[in-house]
Amino acid sequence: MSAPVLWIFLPLLVAGCLLLVRNRKVIALVACIFTLLLTLAAWLLPIDTVMTIGSWSFKLSSSFEILGRHLVLGSNDRTLLVLVYGSAIAWFAAAPAIKAARRLSSLGLAITALLVAALAVEPFLYAALLIEMAVLLSIPLLSAPGEKPGRGLIRFLIFQTLGMPFILFSGWLLAGIEANPGDLGLVQQAAILIGLGFSFLLAVFPFSSWIPLLMEEASPYTVGFILWMFPTVVLFFGLGFLDHYTWLRDAPALGSILTTVGILMVVSGGLLAAFQRHLGRILGYAVIMETGFSILTISLGGTVGLNIFFMLLVPRSLSLAVWAFALTILKEDSPTLMLGDIKGLGRAWPFATCGLVLANLALAGMPLLAGFPPHQAIWEGLASNSLPVVSWVLLGTSGLIFSAIRVILAFASGSTAANWESRETGAQRVLLTIGFLALLLLGLFPQWVVPLWTNLPAIFTHLGQ
Amino acid sequence: MVTILNWIVLVLALVTCIGLLLQRNWRWGIGLLAAQYLVIFWLVQTHWPVSMAAVKLVTGWMVCAILGIAQLNKDPAQETETSWPQGRLFRLFTAGIIIATTFILSLRASSWLGLSLPIAWGSLLLIGMGILQLGISAQPFRVILGLLTVMAGFEILYAAVESSALVAALLSTVNLGLALTGAYFLNIPEEEKP
Repeated sequence: MSAPVLWIFLPLLVAGCLLLVRNRKVIALVACIFTLLLTLAAWLLPIDTVMTIGSWSFKLSSSFEILGRHLVLGSNDRTLLVLVYGSAIAWFAAAPAIKAARRLSSLGLAITALLVAALAVEPFLYAALLIEMAVLLSIPLLSAPGEKPGRGLIRFLIFQTLGMPFILFSGWLLAGIEANPGDLGLVQQAAILIGLGFSFLLAVFPFSSWIPLLMEEASPYTVGFILWMFPTVVLFFGLGFLDHYTWLRDAPALGSILTTVGILMVVSGGLLAAFQRHLGRILGYAVIMETGFSILTISLGGTVGLNIFFMLLVPRSLSLAVWAFALTILKEDSPTLMLGDIKGLGRAWPFATCGLVLANLALAGMPLLAGFPPHQAIWEGLASNSLPVVSWVLLGTSGLIFSAIRVILAFASGSTAANWESRETGAQRVLLTIGFLALLLLGLFPQWVVPLWTNLPAIFTHLGQ
Repeated sequence: MVTILNWIVLVLALVTCIGLLLQRNWRWGIGLLAAQYLVIFWLVQTHWPVSMAAVKLVTGWMVCAILGIAQLNKDPAQETETSWPQGRLFRLFTAGIIIATTFILSLRASSWLGLSLPIAWGSLLLIGMGILQLGISAQPFRVILGLLTVMAGFEILYAAVESSALVAALLSTVNLGLALTGAYFLNIPEEEKP
């Protein structure tokens, strides 16, 4: 058996079978147990090493050949598999509590498997095609049943699809540059194509309009899952580019381009979040900011930047999950999710409102919350390079904090005569409490998740050195 | 002879993509799309073996079949044109701009990629017209036609530089996936009861 069969083809098969099952509880249970087993396998099973259990021995090979190309998942990728499938468990486990398990568990598992395939395929440029397939699979997940597809969904499909040709074609140019590194014209053309490709895939401003629109149209929880998975995998894919091509990694302009793009995303996301009246759109802009922060960490360069990049992953996943979960609960009471319509909801939905506000503040990098340690490291790294950059990032972050204050005011306003109650179900209360505790504990003890990402730099041969 | 055929195919590409832009009847749209896949087959087979290029034709016609069946099952009440602006004169004018722009670009691209002019122009024309379609329409069926047209143009160009069987298979899957997405958009089901 090979690792790609275990972590790519088997999940795809199980996801296909889950689509045939009608019972939501069975779907959620099978998806969670299966994903947990995949995570444990990634954690415990060595790859390319013979294992002996009694008289039985077997070896999990790292490579699987398909149509003359390879899918490769080596020992170094095990931590990444733990992270990807481990975070997927969290998303799948909470889905039944908000009645989102049916589609999310089956399609989400297939999307996760395809995105893992995108990180495993060699030549790695073909990842763009697998990401596109994952995008197509996510359409039924994101569309509201029985309703016409909205503008956000259509734009998501268009922008993600347009990104693929740019990436594929740039790969051909990059191969040409490797053969002839002195051709500056070719370098420029390749850089433009890569830039455009990743701008589409990562929803860099101005190609980010689909995120807030989609947050309005679809279930916040499913959109949250997509906004966690896709940018994370695309960022890994982007790091793969940097790792693979020396000229790109050593390009003098790379740092300043990444810094500019990062600042653009952080500032645009923060400022637009500050003036939003829709709770879902605020989450959308926060995601844009987070992608910007990741790009800023890459701009820091070296292993320091890479380590901060990995450090952001767990707090981001957790904050996004809690925020999206809380929003989905609140949407039951206030379908519009407009600030004007949620006045006083804090008294009726205290757990959901606390979860939403805490996750918002965690993504803004508030002290004592999960997002603080990585954000503090980013501040430190940026400040040692350039103070103007720090002031721009401060502006963006202030926007997100300002939006959190507006949300708190809206939740707290309304009639003071209303009694305090908790309309959340028992499962929702338990999951949200786990979420709060995790956000607080990761803020206080960030070292607890260090083992999750400490081996991740080894995925990259050159960047991780 | 081959060069003359390439030019004839280019004219067919021009007719199909302008037709796709102007049509208001889905039957015409699917017929033109099917003809467009003939164009792709011909232009791709100049770089690939005919057996490999035939994959594009078969996939393309499967795409047309999927979209056709989905349209037949669609609720007629949903048939509304939401694109703006709707005027055919405007569309013809913008198509003219795209034709001129892609011609200029193809002069450079043909020498850069080592392609003959009809192939380079054909591919860039399809990409341009696809993007134009995406820009002026918000109707899901037209958006899918636009994306398929962009993909078609890209596939012609990419066939000149990459001949991997895996890429051909994945691109076919993406095309079929886009068609299935289009079919899904046209007939989005209600939530099933558990």
